[in-house]
Amino acid sequence: MDVLFSLAINGLATGMLIFLLAAGLTLIFGLMDVLNFAHGGLFIWGAYTGVWTYQMTGSFLGGIVTAIGVGLLLGLVTERFIVRPVYGSHVQQILITLGFMLVLQECIKVVFGPDQKIVSPPSYLEGSFIIGEIVFINYRLFIIAVGFLIYFAFYYLFKKTRVGLIVRAGVMNKEMIQSLGVNIKLVFLLVFMVGAALAALSGMLHAAYSGVIYAEMGLEFSILAFIVVVIGGMGNFKGSLLAAILVGLTQAFMAYYVPALSLATNMLLMAIVLVFRPQGLFALR
Amino acid sequence: MSSFLEVSHVRANIEQYHILHDISFHVPKGEVTVLLGRNGAGKTTTLRSIMGLTPVIAGEITFKGEKIRNQKPHLIANRGIGYVPEDQGIFHDLTVGENMRVAMKKENEETKERMDWILDLFPDLKKFWNKPGGQLSGGQKQMLAISRAYVNDNELLLIDEPSKGLAPIVVEKVMDSIHQMKERTTILLVEQNFMMASGIGDRFYIIDDGQTVQQGQMNELKQDGVLLQKYLGIS
Ligand SMILES: Nc1ncnc2c1ncn2[C@@H]1O[C@H](COP(=O)(O)OP(=O)(O)OP(=O)(O)O)[C@@H](O)[C@H]1O
Ligand SMILES: [Mg+2]
Repeated sequence: MDVLFSLAINGLATGMLIFLLAAGLTLIFGLMDVLNFAHGGLFIWGAYTGVWTYQMTGSFLGGIVTAIGVGLLLGLVTERFIVRPVYGSHVQQILITLGFMLVLQECIKVVFGPDQKIVSPPSYLEGSFIIGEIVFINYRLFIIAVGFLIYFAFYYLFKKTRVGLIVRAGVMNKEMIQSLGVNIKLVFLLVFMVGAALAALSGMLHAAYSGVIYAEMGLEFSILAFIVVVIGGMGNFKGSLLAAILVGLTQAFMAYYVPALSLATNMLLMAIVLVFRPQGLFALR
Repeated sequence: MSSFLEVSHVRANIEQYHILHDISFHVPKGEVTVLLGRNGAGKTTTLRSIMGLTPVIAGEITFKGEKIRNQKPHLIANRGIGYVPEDQGIFHDLTVGENMRVAMKKENEETKERMDWILDLFPDLKKFWNKPGGQLSGGQKQMLAISRAYVNDNELLLIDEPSKGLAPIVVEKVMDSIHQMKERTTILLVEQNFMMASGIGDRFYIIDDGQTVQQGQMNELKQDGVLLQKYLGIS
């Protein structure tokens, strides 16, 4: 029982980290129809710059703020110079963003060195407590809380505010929303930046979770995020959350019970979903 | 005389085609100016050029004395010009209420008053407030599009063929509402339905093959059988 529960919390925490990364991807895809393979690059840049600040200043919160700031900035650069020229063409998007991803990854090695770095959570998030027989690890609970918080914040933003309406309307009819006085290019840029910031935040949180960062982890982890986006239904925000939790849980349980298969599991999951529900597990249609 | 909206010698291309050759007209404040002309004459393109949606390659457009030619559409809209496109431009997945909210730049006493006023004019919109815009009838979509353009304190409304595809009784309803709006704002109306146009228009311009070829007072046009026959095919 206690093992099951611990695995569930593990899985949920991993799922939330994947969700934060996938959320940006699915936002950018669902709203702007852009496939952004550079997303993993934003993830590592968030991780490295956040960890750097955290280790220089001792402030974990400072690290999170740095990661978000760097994410916003890189989002701005990516949208303006990489993605804007290729709106409307998926093939070009894949090629140019994948190229940019590699550039971001190599730049990490140049700036921060090629070796991996060890990170641990701040003292106030470290440790664990026990209820009954179950061990709760503080940092994992923290990640789960952040994930849900962000999910509901975005849900509220898109469903309840005029900003959300503008973004959705802009996707449906760009000319009309401009004719109503909205600078839709600016709005899309902001959406892109927010998606990038989520990726960077995910990187920073993941750094302290896994305890180690290295340049290639962006690509590795973003594959998980893409799997989640596909399973959840491309562009479906709620679907991404559910799929991320599903992938996180599956991974946690498989790693414990069938470790030999754990790497293949996610691909398998995606393949099964694509065969039986190619529009995604949680798509409406 | 510096007019409210002044369009002079505008030329516009769509891709490699010359669509507008020489469009000139002006819209006096407080009046309803009607653009007439047969299908494909360039009426819609003219409105789109004013809104900045179709690039203008020559000529000038001024609004309240300021040049607005080829400015970004959102900047033109924010000068106080509301646009009701030919296809109505309803956001299909948003509800009627959300379509209205997304259009409202501010929420204050004045916009609230305008909202109430326009909803009294179109009670259908109130009734279907929570229905997705895509599920409205053609007439209701038209009402929603007009309301959306009206709800901000726009000084000029560009309305493209509001009677298109509507049953006569609905046309009358829409026409009546534009008539009432006339008291509160200036309107540039594109209209094929001559009965409707002559009922609410003050001045008219006829566009033919991308050029403004005739102009005058609406009530003169009603008497001019030759002109009606020549450009509008009305006898
Ligand atoms: N996207 C486009 N590409 C090429 N030609 C176009 C395009 N849009 C319009 N045209 C052409 O421009 C000309 C003017 O079109 P416009 O829509 O302005 O006419 P209109 O007077 O509004 O006609 P209608 O009464 O049928 O709405 C037409 O000959 C049309 O075929
Ligand atoms: Mg037209």
